[in-house]
Amino acid sequence: MDDSLTGRTFPPTSPYDVTAEGVAAFAAATQTPYSAGDPVPTTFPIVVAFAAMQDLMDDPSVGIELHNVVHGEQRFVYQRPVRVGDRLTAELTVDTLRQIAGTDIIGTSSAVRDAAGDLVCTAKATLAHRSGS
Amino acid sequence: MKIDDVLPEQRFRITRSDLVAYAAASGDQNPIHQSEEVARSVGLPGVIAHGMYTLALAARAVDVWAGAPGKVVEFGAKFTKPVVVPAGADGAELVVNGTVKSVEDGRATIALVVTCDGVKVLGMPLAAISVGTRVD
Repeated sequence: MDDSLTGRTFPPTSPYDVTAEGVAAFAAATQTPYSAGDPVPTTFPIVVAFAAMQDLMDDPSVGIELHNVVHGEQRFVYQRPVRVGDRLTAELTVDTLRQIAGTDIIGTSSAVRDAAGDLVCTAKATLAHRSGS
Repeated sequence: MKIDDVLPEQRFRITRSDLVAYAAASGDQNPIHQSEEVARSVGLPGVIAHGMYTLALAARAVDVWAGAPGKVVEFGAKFTKPVVVPAGADGAELVVNGTVKSVEDGRATIALVVTCDGVKVLGMPLAAISVGTRVD
């Protein structure tokens, strides 16, 4: 994989509208009690952060083969809770790129912002990509 | 909440139908989380839970400890070992424990231990929660 990937920031994802239905489905699937008006489940921003990772993997200039990718680490830092009605985007930056024994270790951070452009949370993900297999 | 508090253990059952529901709700439709055949074809022992599903259950445990949802200001982990989910209603059981590591400036940090079948499945799982101005 190309070292010039380090430091590269990708275009923001398509806006994602946080709906009551979407949050309720996520809460139900994660065994999290939820009523309208409650704070959304902690890991809900992965929905938009995951879209940013998918965009990265779909980018033909990057050269990642999706089926060779393992999600190695995920961390979130929250500026405020996500709310129903938020329109969110995620802008992914490749922070670090290391090669260990034929595996690319890709450190990314995605800035999740609301429609006003204010930071809602930062989602840091490490992706392990086995190349040439 | 104070330093060295041992938080009450939380247990969660994970079945394959949970993983199907989570795939739909999260958008992560990687078939290794739904298909035995695909999982085995890539060398896994069977269908495994999404790492993010395990992390979501750990986050649920943190909500219980915090006394309310929406208190978490930092959260994350490494996905170090797969959670294999056998077919059937018993599925797999996730066990989540936590210890308070610090309480200062309105924030408590919690180190978690998340296991399945006695094996740690998350690496360095850490949560920071807002504890307001309470000192108890």
